[in-house]
Amino acid sequence: MSVDLILFLVLALVAVATALGMLLSRNSIYSALFLVLNFATVAVFYLLLGAPFIALSQVSVYAGAIMVLFLFVIMLLGAERLPDPKVLPWQQPLAVILALILVAETTYLLFVRKVAAGVINRPLEAFGSPQAIGTTLFNEYMLPFEVTSILLLVAMVGAIVLTKKEKGEQD
Amino acid sequence: MVPVTYYIALSAVLFTLGALGVLIRRNALIIFMSVELMLNAGNLAFVAFTRFYEVLNGQIFVFFVMTVAAAEVAVGLALIVAIFRTKHSIDVDQMSSLKG
Repeated sequence: MSVDLILFLVLALVAVATALGMLLSRNSIYSALFLVLNFATVAVFYLLLGAPFIALSQVSVYAGAIMVLFLFVIMLLGAERLPDPKVLPWQQPLAVILALILVAETTYLLFVRKVAAGVINRPLEAFGSPQAIGTTLFNEYMLPFEVTSILLLVAMVGAIVLTKKEKGEQD
Repeated sequence: MVPVTYYIALSAVLFTLGALGVLIRRNALIIFMSVELMLNAGNLAFVAFTRFYEVLNGQIFVFFVMTVAAAEVAVGLALIVAIFRTKHSIDVDQMSSLKG
């Protein structure tokens, strides 16, 4: 086994374990922190795949901004420990069965039908560097980039309007 | 080097765990986190294929997915806060009426 494969397997174990920890934690804060660790692990995967710019965006945007927003809202609402009442008793087993079916289908497609087979070659020089990303983003994808800024503006306006108190509302 | 299949398989497992989270948890915040996990799994597949086919467009798409995720979280959390104000609960089973 090569070093890369061992690194991949250990990181994959951490990623799956943290995802499970996020799923099964009773406390929302623990879930959020597990998810931060999961995002950090995925950022290391991006580095392994030769995407340093995406890895750093992942850490700053996902693990940083988005998860801080989550933690902020959890603490704001005081929703750390909410009971999870079981309204539909058959729903959880059904969900697990459906998830297992999904995993089985994916395993079949990937390892039996081999729809995406092949070994990744050695990293190319400057592939996925911030410079290469910037050149592609501001030439080929200029219009989508501009639309993104409008999307963020709309999201900002939406967030402010939704959380704004109505005039005369007491709370 | 690691076969690209392993990365796609990991991405599929993470996606499934996210979908499972949406299905079995009733806390709206955890459901949101599971959606983030699914978006992240999709990003991982994008980057793995980008590396495999050695075209940069996949990484640009990941960049856009991140932006959409950020916008989605901002609006979604604002919705959760607004719902919590009126219902004093973020249990998705409680959100069954159309009137506030």
